[in-house]
Amino acid sequence: MLRREPTRDPRTGEEVLEPLLFELGSPGRQGGYVPDGPGEPPERDLPAGARRRSPLALPELSEVEVIRHFTHLAAMNHHLDRDFYPLGSCTMKHNPRVNEEVAALPGFAALHPWQPEAFVQGALALLHDLERILRAISGMEAFTLQPPAGAAGEFTGIAAILAYHHARGEDRRRKVVVPDSAHGTNPATVARLGAVPVEIKTGGRGLLDPAMIEEVLDDETAALMLTVPSTLGLFETQIREIAAIAHRRGVQLYMDGANLNALLGLVRPADLGFDAMHMNLHKTFSTPHGGGGPGAGPVGVRAHLALHLPGPRVVREGDRFRWEPAGDASVGRMHGWFGNFGMLVRAYAYIRRHGAAGLREVSETAILNANYLQALLKEHFELPHARPCQHEFVLSGRGLREHGVKTLDVAKRLLDYGFYAPTIYFPLIVPEALMIEPTETESKETLDRFAEALVAVAREARENPDLVRGAPYNTPVARVDEGRAARELDLAWEGENGAA
Amino acid sequence: MAYIPTTPDDRRAMLARIGVPDVEALLADLPADARVRGLLDIPPPLSEMELRAEMETLAARNRPVTELHSFLGGGAYRHFVPAALRAIVGKPEFFTAYTPYQAEVSQGLLQSIYEFQSLLARLTGMDVANASLYDGATALAEAIFMANAVNGRTEVVLARSLHPHWREVARTQLARSGIGVREVGIAPDGTVDRAALGKALSEKTAAVAFASPNFLGAIEPAREIVDAAHAAGALAIHGFHPISLALLATPGECGADVAVAEGQPLGLTLSYGGPYVGLFCARREFVRRMPGRLIGRTVDAKGRRAFVMTLQTREQHIRRAQATSNVCTNQALCALAATVYLALLGPRGLRAVAETAFARAHALLARLEATGVARRRFAAPFWNEFVVSFEPALWKRGLHAHLESRGILGGVPLGPVDPELEGSLLVAATEETREESVHAYADAVAAFAGRA
Repeated sequence: MLRREPTRDPRTGEEVLEPLLFELGSPGRQGGYVPDGPGEPPERDLPAGARRRSPLALPELSEVEVIRHFTHLAAMNHHLDRDFYPLGSCTMKHNPRVNEEVAALPGFAALHPWQPEAFVQGALALLHDLERILRAISGMEAFTLQPPAGAAGEFTGIAAILAYHHARGEDRRRKVVVPDSAHGTNPATVARLGAVPVEIKTGGRGLLDPAMIEEVLDDETAALMLTVPSTLGLFETQIREIAAIAHRRGVQLYMDGANLNALLGLVRPADLGFDAMHMNLHKTFSTPHGGGGPGAGPVGVRAHLALHLPGPRVVREGDRFRWEPAGDASVGRMHGWFGNFGMLVRAYAYIRRHGAAGLREVSETAILNANYLQALLKEHFELPHARPCQHEFVLSGRGLREHGVKTLDVAKRLLDYGFYAPTIYFPLIVPEALMIEPTETESKETLDRFAEALVAVAREARENPDLVRGAPYNTPVARVDEGRAARELDLAWEGENGAA
Repeated sequence: MAYIPTTPDDRRAMLARIGVPDVEALLADLPADARVRGLLDIPPPLSEMELRAEMETLAARNRPVTELHSFLGGGAYRHFVPAALRAIVGKPEFFTAYTPYQAEVSQGLLQSIYEFQSLLARLTGMDVANASLYDGATALAEAIFMANAVNGRTEVVLARSLHPHWREVARTQLARSGIGVREVGIAPDGTVDRAALGKALSEKTAAVAFASPNFLGAIEPAREIVDAAHAAGALAIHGFHPISLALLATPGECGADVAVAEGQPLGLTLSYGGPYVGLFCARREFVRRMPGRLIGRTVDAKGRRAFVMTLQTREQHIRRAQATSNVCTNQALCALAATVYLALLGPRGLRAVAETAFARAHALLARLEATGVARRRFAAPFWNEFVVSFEPALWKRGLHAHLESRGILGGVPLGPVDPELEGSLLVAATEETREESVHAYADAVAAFAGRA
């Protein structure tokens, strides 16, 4: 259980779970990691005006203190190695340890990004092969590995589409159509690109209606941006008709690849009619989420968009690899270097472990697991769209409202059972949404255990709503006051020697 | 199959519970004529043992800087990383965790990020820092968007002495934003051309962006540039090197409005350019316009100190098209590494690293100049990095290739970055720069020159 008994801060008397770094240590304490410096540089090399004047008010700690501090902090975190994350659209699958080991090999980890190509042929070969594999998975014809995250991938893909229209003299195409079930990054990305996000409604069956698409796409529309399967966990059954409509109107089809874990080896986005897409390697290809990054968001496009991708890109000449700079039509550089290389190494290792049949088994099992959980839970919660789901599904906690219990309360109570909560209140179109994605790496026993816990919480909500509303109880802290954090903003510790 | 625990018996039982005969029945929504026939063209699966061997073979085709005499910097630096840092950052409680949306079971992560924000504020002399961005280049682009949101002005003035990749990323991000880019050149001493800066500033200028030390290693007259920006009513965006601030005037002391950096030197491996971490600090008044995650201090229902993601109404998952940025993740694990690095090194260790880099770089320059064929290119003071120009004849004869053939990466060749700097190298030193490497470098230059 994630419990930590509070201690009293010796200086303030405040009851805290773990003191801040600034409340630990003692002046003069240090770890001796590097030899002492030679002292102040001479005045002729560094004029007084260029020097720091204010004290460097960092904590002074021993190694033992630092390790214990972070060990105490670590003990307060839910994490995949402890138990299941049912987070919809986040694909929290197991993080294989061999990936960590190979990424840490000096032959990868100790490469400097300015090293000449001749010194990094193995790295370039890996990137080249990863691109080839991502092309095989997606059916796309060209990839950039630069975008460091999914949102950066969206930016890259939509920017490439806008550049394509520009090259064809169709700068009037500034609208990007996004369904109401989309991730928030979609409209935010469109806005950042100076384009205009236009929202369309999801139809009654949880699917897009081609007739509505027909109506909204016009000759000012640059792209239609879809997530497949959708964030409702449903496959857009009429995606091919939708693609045909879009292409007839000169509109490019972009796929948010957040849910790619449902498609591996089953169907390729290019074959569905998509012109561009990003992948989230930290979702589909098991690179660790790291508590919120780093990720990686490569972008694949059909041939007609290839020249608009960022550069440089790896090319092969005989048995040598080199970086090819981007041409004039490129949208430009998306990352300070070549993307999150260490994450690309991990994703490559994951893919190579599986091979083609293994990747298909990944998606089939993810879909099996989601449908199994849906079957276990559908009688206890409202299931807005009662049909086979793909790799995730969305329940509504609306039925508990009459007991005064919100989905937020259900989520908090689940924490007491040792699970993380599902994604909640998303997608926005399902009231009191609980979005659940089991991934392929969870066993039947884990899914059974999770379903039992969620069913138990639903029962508690009906029989003892106060219990659920007051949750969580078994966590390191009780329910956290978000409102106060925003009202009394404190983003940096200003104790001893901090800012005034 | 690797990592999939489902047995045939499990599968049968699960299918029975769902009420379908096979998995194929769950795939009925996929268009039959678009299905993948057979298998994707991907190499066959590998056992962990085989994978390990394959990856070692690939890694062996690279020559890591640990086996070379490397003087490469130019935005990524090799610094000593304490073993304790790897032990802490390697804890699965951190690296296998998700974004701390559920604060009650994420206090460790949340507190560590609050500590990161606090440490950066102290290091830079700025009021607040966010939870981090993708890298230094992205942090610069985000700072420009923020300046535009703050003052509504539509042009940014970029110092050409900024890292060329930072300028490229900024241009990519700004291309369709309606924010124009104007660049100001480099004065003969290697710093921002102040006369050109004066001419570039106008009532349209949203911000002036520069870095100190800049890409060429030169320490900029930061206060003067900040004052010029402020006099024009623009914000000043100050790029910095986090370790340099143990010695050099901070962005806060120089009056900067926003401070951005590549955080890689704070305990992150070089890893061929990523993952790194973008540092983003600002004055308090801009906090509601800031991009990215912010962690705030609050209390739990029992009144005890707790931490939580805050001001989320700025962010895309709430505000969608009206968000301050489309950025969704931070680089939490990299930010954790930076936090642990600063905690372990402390003020004394950080100062030692900064002083040693300074001394090594200056000693290295002296050694190179003593060969008689290399000279310092720019007169401005520098810290860990400087530009040397070699005699053109020597350069044309293939000095750089000669150095490489001896396993010496003598610096970043600047010709491809700026044709005027053909024959020049950007040379960096850190506390990891060994004495024997300095000798090897200077001796190789001297020997090559002597062969004329």
